[in-house]
Amino acid sequence: MTCKSSFIYSDDLLQYHFHSDHPFNQKRVLLTKELLESSKQINGQDMITPRMATEEELLLFHDLDYVEAVKKASEGQLNTGSGLEFGLGTEDTPIFPGMHEAASLLVGGTLTAVEAVMSGKSLHSLHLGGGLHHGFRRKASGFCIYNDGAVAIKYIRENYNLRVLYVDTDAHHGDGVQWAFYDDPNVCTFSVHETGRYLFPGTGNVNERGIKEGHGYSFNLPIDAFTQDESFLHVFEIAFKEVVDYFKPDIIITQNGADAHVFDPLTHLCTTMKIYDQIPKLAHDLAHEYCDGKWIGLGGGGYDIWRVVPRAWAQIWNVMKTGLPASGDLPSEWVNKWQNKATVPLPKYWHDTDDINPHIPRKAEITDKNEKLLLNLLKYTKNTI
Amino acid sequence: MLVEEIMNTNVITLSPRASIAEALHLLQKHRIRHIPIINDQNHVVGIVSDRDVRDASPSILDRDADQLVLQNEIQTIMTRQVVTVHPLDFVEEIARIFYDEEFASVPVVQNNQLVGIVTEKDMLYTLIQLTGTHVQGSQIEVKVPHIPGMIPKVTSLFGKRNMNIISVLVYPFYDDPNYKILVFRVQTMNPNPVIQELREAGYELMWPNNIPEPKV
Repeated sequence: MTCKSSFIYSDDLLQYHFHSDHPFNQKRVLLTKELLESSKQINGQDMITPRMATEEELLLFHDLDYVEAVKKASEGQLNTGSGLEFGLGTEDTPIFPGMHEAASLLVGGTLTAVEAVMSGKSLHSLHLGGGLHHGFRRKASGFCIYNDGAVAIKYIRENYNLRVLYVDTDAHHGDGVQWAFYDDPNVCTFSVHETGRYLFPGTGNVNERGIKEGHGYSFNLPIDAFTQDESFLHVFEIAFKEVVDYFKPDIIITQNGADAHVFDPLTHLCTTMKIYDQIPKLAHDLAHEYCDGKWIGLGGGGYDIWRVVPRAWAQIWNVMKTGLPASGDLPSEWVNKWQNKATVPLPKYWHDTDDINPHIPRKAEITDKNEKLLLNLLKYTKNTI
Repeated sequence: MLVEEIMNTNVITLSPRASIAEALHLLQKHRIRHIPIINDQNHVVGIVSDRDVRDASPSILDRDADQLVLQNEIQTIMTRQVVTVHPLDFVEEIARIFYDEEFASVPVVQNNQLVGIVTEKDMLYTLIQLTGTHVQGSQIEVKVPHIPGMIPKVTSLFGKRNMNIISVLVYPFYDDPNYKILVFRVQTMNPNPVIQELREAGYELMWPNNIPEPKV
């Protein structure tokens, strides 16, 4: 199956750069694009250049004084004290010149993807520069300045009045997007992530179900630290299918943080490329079954930028384009080009070899706990009428 | 933290002569579980809980029941020995009362006047605030010898990294009196550098940060 898909890309996406020691590194997007080019999966016709989000669009979700503060910070005009109120100038979101423009482009890229799908130009669209799910209405946090997902969903609601399902597979809870639509019955959020007991941001409990009219439209699967492939895929697949069938969305937006991998330095989850083959495949199948194919993929976290993120993200595109993830050897052209710049040996194959699976003594217990969570989540996916 | 900081000053009350039916109505309307009973001078003379009222009401299964019992005065069923607290009492002390007495609400009295009420729910809300789990952060647990000076030593590492601490809790280490667990919630998505420093400084970290493996 070949679907008309678009890949939102520009080298300018790499301008979103805090400093060289910061774990959030948008070189991942370039590495992914080149991996796809080397494997002949993408060409110039697939690509769309992202536009900037206008200030009016940012204000669909963000507060004016927050945007003003980011603009000031962007020009070096914000003093440290007044930045902290907005989460600007912290360890996680330090101030850098041009940050307003860089962050606006990430939002604009996601809006470009929305427009590509809504105009019918593409069935699926992928913007790996987006997925900055920790951005709050008036606060930067967790490496995120503007929340492109939240802005885009507001944009879809206002301009097209579609029911939006947001699915977040980043290892961190998709809190910014969840809280943005916590009382909205037309936007359903579903986040699978490592339990917040130890990991940032700490929220995303299975009991967070939404409030007021939005009650029952917020789903969380906070899986245990050291969860591996089988348990992850088992609970995720069942939950995703049940949530889609319950909510019956018109469009699906996926946030594809790639930090649940065993190599990722920031989280305690222990999955492999297996989940990154299956996550987009599931999204693809369900988008076709329920939404006439309307699916927008975004990036997100992912801090092993050499061994994990390029492969994981390239598979989203492979699935969008061909319906299936790639397998076998990685193109040697890509490996050879980047190996001497990489800090670790680059992988040779699309899949991971079994030897990277650590032995987890508590595996049975973890699997059982995750299963209990799934049952808890599913209490709200049955239409009672 | 003081009771006056967490108490609810908008108290729903009844007079001793009010009917049980009125109490039932108020409990349902305001979705509350306790009503202090006050006299003309605003003195607390009793308290009724939703359970007291329910016990005094006819069973919903008994259709022929005499609804007239609901017209009895509330003072016939109220508890007269009321445990009250003062606005300047400590929140910790109320937790003790809730735990020991097994009820879930205490009126707050100052100069013999009812000035507020604190419920178990207010107490739990305060606990959530104290633990800091309602704000974004990462949690790190460090096992330290139970001797003076450990907290400043450990926290200086957070300070050096410009890492804001949301909350600090000190837990016992099981039954071992020689150690304590320091629980920090820090405002960062990337606690790795500080975890690394804690390890290098020889501190013992608790799960899941105690094992550099199996994460490769």
